[in-house]
Amino acid sequence: MLCVARREFVDAIAGKWFLLCSLTFALLALAISFVSLSTAGSHAFAGFSKTTAGLLNLVMLVVPLMALTSGSASIAAERERGTLLYLLAQPISRVELLLGKYLGLSGALICSICVGFAISAIVLAWHAGSAGAGSYALLVANTIVLALAMLSTAFLVSVLARRASIASGISIFLWLTLVFLSDLGLMAGTILFKLRVQEVFALAIVNPMQAFKMGVIHAMNDSLDVLGPVGAYATHTLGNALPLILAGVLVIWIALPLLLASLCFARRSTL
Amino acid sequence: MIEARSITKRFGRTTAVDGISFCHERGAIALWGSNGAGKTTLIRCLLGILRCGGSARICGIDVRRRGRLARALVGYVPQELAFHDDARLGRAIAFFASLRRVSHEDAARALALVSLNGHETKRVRDLSGGMKQRLALAIAMLGDPPVIVLDEPTSNLDSEGRHEVVHTLRSLKQQGKTILFASHRPDEIISLADRVLVLERGRIVRDTTPIGLWPHERAVKTIRLHLVGTPEPEAARILLREGFAVHCNGSGLCVAVPRDRKASPISVLARHEIEVRDLEVLEEVDTSEASS
Repeated sequence: MLCVARREFVDAIAGKWFLLCSLTFALLALAISFVSLSTAGSHAFAGFSKTTAGLLNLVMLVVPLMALTSGSASIAAERERGTLLYLLAQPISRVELLLGKYLGLSGALICSICVGFAISAIVLAWHAGSAGAGSYALLVANTIVLALAMLSTAFLVSVLARRASIASGISIFLWLTLVFLSDLGLMAGTILFKLRVQEVFALAIVNPMQAFKMGVIHAMNDSLDVLGPVGAYATHTLGNALPLILAGVLVIWIALPLLLASLCFARRSTL
Repeated sequence: MIEARSITKRFGRTTAVDGISFCHERGAIALWGSNGAGKTTLIRCLLGILRCGGSARICGIDVRRRGRLARALVGYVPQELAFHDDARLGRAIAFFASLRRVSHEDAARALALVSLNGHETKRVRDLSGGMKQRLALAIAMLGDPPVIVLDEPTSNLDSEGRHEVVHTLRSLKQQGKTILFASHRPDEIISLADRVLVLERGRIVRDTTPIGLWPHERAVKTIRLHLVGTPEPEAARILLREGFAVHCNGSGLCVAVPRDRKASPISVLARHEIEVRDLEVLEEVDTSEASS
């Protein structure tokens, strides 16, 4: 399993798509850092805290896209190229192959995310000191968890799709749904069905992006009041359990799709 | 060494392999039959790559229950050689060596066995068809497995490449390896096989020897027939019924014929009002070279 992970890691790092995504993420993170610093004026407050808020939206757009597109091509592309057959003829089980590929891509994804954040952090620390570095570190940690959750989902898509192009199409549709459509749907549903605040909260955290966003905002402010009545409800009703619930949602988004992908891949009667 | 019991594989309504059973201990066994006869599917079932009905054992190990262990005892050369094209040859074999828990020294030795040493820095996409085939053979030999399974091992090679591969396989057979291979080439069957399973529509229709396939002829030629209009599978079925060894691959019907009766399949087809547009004479095989 580890040799599959190692090869997957090296191939991903050397791939042009990953390089492009990493560069884009690093450049955008850097740009947000500079914008945060320039709007802070003489107040050193800006630094990490303001940049963390700015980066939150960037992460929600770019990182899931990186994870979904790279993960969805993983098994489906091997199947299409014919290399999957050759790999499965070796002394390795299907589950080991899947987990090895997941580990390798996870490593590459984490490296890519960390490089972007590290460049931004160096610039921020240079100009504004280390105030608010804690919330920035929490953003990095949450981002990694979000990336792993999206990668698991992508692997499930990759196992189920017959072609790499179909897997990529589904993953981009998923990204659109999670980033844009689910918010719109939730808003429409709230108005149409006159949902209660606890129902809106429950539906919102089903989306891993929302769970991630709430987790980061809670880590920065110790409450979700800035999100309005739903946030206030969650903060005051769930109290200290809120960050655990949000983290739990993301962990479920890592474990469940990966488990389903492993089961489907292991039980598949064809390639 | 290789044991198959009632292997059955269906794809939807199509039965690709229909209750195949056989047992083979030592030497080389060939799977002979047209495209769609079930050779490749049977091989994939035997290796545990495809889930199927029945059971398969390699060296006594149940492939379904302990597939990883069973596959460690098998070197496999697929029909379509699919490597990561961007990888360099050295890295490609090192990856498979680590999968099979074989040292880098042994991997280098396997490369040298197929005369690919010195090419380690070449990218796989830059290798010729023959070199890729030799790379696949080197990978199959990693860890010195007792069983080698090959699916149309020379289908993409020129005459010289074919001879090299057959020569390597003969020496592996002499070393005591059990070899199972699918082929549609009489020369390979005669040079290598001790036993031939003739497959048709997913079933074994004959369990014989190379001599058994061409009993009365000393020399056999392979000819390729190009037909007018009629689907090749239909013509292949007619020739099979008449006792010819036939293989159709979409670019003509390959038929093994006695050297002095090359026109006989044409007259058989003419009787069924099937017109032959062109005829190519491929290679001649001396059946006296046959293993048994």
